[in-house]
Amino acid sequence: MDITSLTAVELGKKIRAKEISVAEAVKASFDQIERVERDVHSFVTIDKEGAFKRAGEIQKQIDDGSLQSPLAGVPVAVKDNMCTKDMLTTCSSKILQNFKPAYTAEAVRNLEKAGAVIIGKTNMDEFAMGSTTETSYFGATRNPWNLGHVPGGSSGGSCAAVAAEESPYALGSDTGGSIRQPSAFCGVVGIKPTYGTVSRYGLIAYGSSLDQIGPVAKDVTDCAVILEVIAGHDPKDSTSIDRNIYIHSASAETNGLKAGSPNLAGYDFTGALKEDVAGMRIGIPRDYFGEGLDAEVKEKILAAVRELEVRGAVAEEFDLSLVQYAIPAYYVIASAEASSNLARFDGVKYGCRTEEYEGLHNMYKKTRSEGFGEEVKRRIMLGSFVLSSGYYDAYYLKALRTKALIKQAFDQAFAKYDVIIAPAAPTTAPELGKSLSDPMKMYLSDIYTISVNLAGLPGISIPVGRDSKGLPVGMQIIGNCFEEHKIIRAAYTLEQTRSYERPESAGMRGEGGDR
Amino acid sequence: MANKISDETIEYVGILAKLELSGEEKEKAKADMERMLDYIDTLNELDTEGVEPMSHVFPVHNVFREDVASYKDGSTDTLANAPLKKDNSFKVPKTIG
Amino acid sequence: MAKQYETVIGLEVHVELATKTKIFCSCSTEFGGAPNTHTCPVCTGMPGALPVLNKQVVEYAMAIGLAANCEITKVCKFDRKNYFYPDNPQNYQISQLYLPIARNGYVEIEVGDTKKKVRIHEMHMEEDAGKLVHDEWDDTSLVDYNRSGVPLVEIVSEPDMRSADEVIAYLEKLRMIIQYLGASDCKLQEGSMRADVNLSVREAGTKEFGTRTEMKNLNSFKAIARAIEGERQRQIELIEEGKEVIQETRRWDDNKESSYAMRSKEDAQDYRYFPDPDLVPIVISDEWIERIRANQPELQTEKLERYKKEYDIPQYDARIITSSKHMADIFEAAAAICGKPKKVSNWLMVETLRLLKDHNMEPEDIRFSPENLAKLVRLTEAGIINSSVAKEVFEKIFAEDIDPETYVEERGLRTVNDEGALIEVLKKVIADNPQAVEDYRGGKEKALGALVGQTMKAMKGKANPGLVNQKLKEML
Repeated sequence: MDITSLTAVELGKKIRAKEISVAEAVKASFDQIERVERDVHSFVTIDKEGAFKRAGEIQKQIDDGSLQSPLAGVPVAVKDNMCTKDMLTTCSSKILQNFKPAYTAEAVRNLEKAGAVIIGKTNMDEFAMGSTTETSYFGATRNPWNLGHVPGGSSGGSCAAVAAEESPYALGSDTGGSIRQPSAFCGVVGIKPTYGTVSRYGLIAYGSSLDQIGPVAKDVTDCAVILEVIAGHDPKDSTSIDRNIYIHSASAETNGLKAGSPNLAGYDFTGALKEDVAGMRIGIPRDYFGEGLDAEVKEKILAAVRELEVRGAVAEEFDLSLVQYAIPAYYVIASAEASSNLARFDGVKYGCRTEEYEGLHNMYKKTRSEGFGEEVKRRIMLGSFVLSSGYYDAYYLKALRTKALIKQAFDQAFAKYDVIIAPAAPTTAPELGKSLSDPMKMYLSDIYTISVNLAGLPGISIPVGRDSKGLPVGMQIIGNCFEEHKIIRAAYTLEQTRSYERPESAGMRGEGGDR
Repeated sequence: MANKISDETIEYVGILAKLELSGEEKEKAKADMERMLDYIDTLNELDTEGVEPMSHVFPVHNVFREDVASYKDGSTDTLANAPLKKDNSFKVPKTIG
Repeated sequence: MAKQYETVIGLEVHVELATKTKIFCSCSTEFGGAPNTHTCPVCTGMPGALPVLNKQVVEYAMAIGLAANCEITKVCKFDRKNYFYPDNPQNYQISQLYLPIARNGYVEIEVGDTKKKVRIHEMHMEEDAGKLVHDEWDDTSLVDYNRSGVPLVEIVSEPDMRSADEVIAYLEKLRMIIQYLGASDCKLQEGSMRADVNLSVREAGTKEFGTRTEMKNLNSFKAIARAIEGERQRQIELIEEGKEVIQETRRWDDNKESSYAMRSKEDAQDYRYFPDPDLVPIVISDEWIERIRANQPELQTEKLERYKKEYDIPQYDARIITSSKHMADIFEAAAAICGKPKKVSNWLMVETLRLLKDHNMEPEDIRFSPENLAKLVRLTEAGIINSSVAKEVFEKIFAEDIDPETYVEERGLRTVNDEGALIEVLKKVIADNPQAVEDYRGGKEKALGALVGQTMKAMKGKANPGLVNQKLKEML
């Protein structure tokens, strides 16, 4: 039996049935890491010793019946922007290369309580700023489908680790598409939940009003199960929402939700794993399928929509307005928040401090200039500028007003449609080294994912085939806030029409692998 | 489309952000920022008159904590990652006053 | 003729609130402790940590706002104030700029016989910074985050004050209000109340304000008065010399009695405020405001009136006692125990004030318990000790809060009412002082005093002076 080809839920079942021991499951992951990591480079930190020690503890709890979660004993890889106690947490940045947090992020703690075994921390774009995982201080991650291509980003390490079967599942974070786009590029499934669903406590912030943690796995079932484990109201995160209460409150109605409607689920995501899209109204935004979208990507997605139609869904094109304003608004808001969030990295409390300096301000400047990469500096500069005296109204408030209008546009769309279907990215994974030279072009590639973050909506990315180069095509299903169950149901139904495709092991050692 | 970022502005933003750019980096930063700002300026096509700026997506409010203290010595954890420390404190270059 | 100048002063007063925990985490706000012991990921700006607002901070801020006649902002928010400094672990301070919790209030002050309103522009909540200590040994600074995240309310006045006296009256008034609310102990020396002074001068009669400077590091009323005088002189001199006053922040050095500018190229003073995305808005309902108003304790003016009526003590005394919430609390508790409010008031007005002055202490520093003061009143009222012994005992109470009953017993300080013993002593005194006896008998009333004195001395002060007088007269 090939353990690494199992989904997380399948593996969990076998572990609880004592067909596979936790140590065997963990060993299978490390064996696969041994085989492919040199090529793929999904990880920043691999914790073999810790994982095996933990495997023993979990095994005992499974054996004595105290641990029955579907994820008990299943290995997991965690994106390196989530704090893990006493384990390096670097955000793939030089400035945090030696940082070991004293506490564990709430989402990761929830996994630990469910008996997950953390095998390592995954590579990412530095501080989650980027769409290719090439801005990592520790070097780029490669796409397991073709090592000459990027895995996408910023959760590229998490998505590559799942696609390359180094880990049955992973956690990613999504500020502007950072789970959905690399999931699409790597041919795996990823969910960005409604803002406030998963605690941000312990997630090293990039854009606080946009960041959400979510699952990356081989199928929709895994994602629903993982989300159920990591989601929950956390009193340590003021922006965390108690969905069980909120969806029944008057506030929910201001989001166009009918309070108390049976369509709203608190934290029951697995209940939505049903093969049923009969009568489901699907909106296809015309603006998302026009110029700039790769023809093969478009074709695969529209084919998938037809599959859903065959099963009873009703799809319709419509005009989702303001699409072109999402990216500029996003870059103002995310950069402004980032400029403030990243101010704490100053060489005083943690992380690296420059070797030689004269006085306090010189220490700050040298530490930060040496510690941050180019893209991070670019966004901090932009963010500092848009907030500076005289520009706040023109840029920051303007962007927040635009965000309000974008949210309204989605509210109107969801009054008509249950879900919206869109590409996850305009193309399949680009080649390594082709994106960073023109940052503007890279920003533009986030066009289909960014507005979802601005409006706080949930979105899922699922594979819908491959292009002529053999690279996976991902499709995004977007739901109204708190309506994860609809996107899960649509994705699950679609998933039943096809079987999971894994990269050929030959592909993982394909051309361009010169490391 | 005519955002012009002067040397002074880049210098000033560097002071705010505590970033020091080399001459070459500065030129690149200026060009990048000009392009980004031109792009951001497309927001001006949008009439946002009377639209309330939205900082939070959901109208959640009054999230509080009760005033109950947890007493535990946090100093070991707090100082564990300090690049330089002395006498249970973080050590930094001399500050004024 | 020399020009006349008017000083225009506005104040930014920071008050540390008396919550048990910090504003955004559950670390203790207690003073002391080794550096960085009262810290956690939140108040040290650890990556990934998030703030959660302490409800008590909002309620204290509302209470202060209401007591200072402010409008409470129904929807208020926190903003980030961005600047780099090592005492500020996130390199931004969570504060309020755009929607502060209270606005447009005033307090009434009295200087001499004139009453005046000082308007309050706004009042906001924010977090305190950590402490920087200069390390002489290797010429560096050491950072301690124990105070980082302690809740503050900053009260910003309009430029309504014209003299140091008015400034001090305003500060005393604020302090009294806040102490009465129990929202802070407001100790300048310990930094739980801090004032930054914005000052400008203008030629008397002009309408426009001059350029102002902001002065920091003022930690006593005396320092504030000196700094105001010093800065006023400095600005007038500049103007007289035809130079300009520069708008800047200056640090007062009370030892040198001068100030210096705190400017540097690296302080751009551009704080890039924006709403903190980690915190949600505070929505304050009318019911909440009414609840706070209803729970507002009796403030000084009400207490003063009640004292006059209920305890029949003079206006002056009532005012002194109520000027400190702590002293008023002691007064009421002691009066309730012993049932002699006037006697308690006397102890506070005379001996307590004298001892406070001698020790350079504030009424807030009184450490004795009302129980022991009440016991002392009972002992004197019952004639168990005489007034000079009582004074001696009170000093012990003041210093160490001793139990006067035990103290009097242990040291045998009871007044001697035993006539037999007294007569024996009197006989001896009469025998030893023939001259005084003769003088008295010859009509010199004064001579009796000397004999009483001798008797008291012989009895180590424990005799009942009334009885001594009476017996002496009989025996002579």
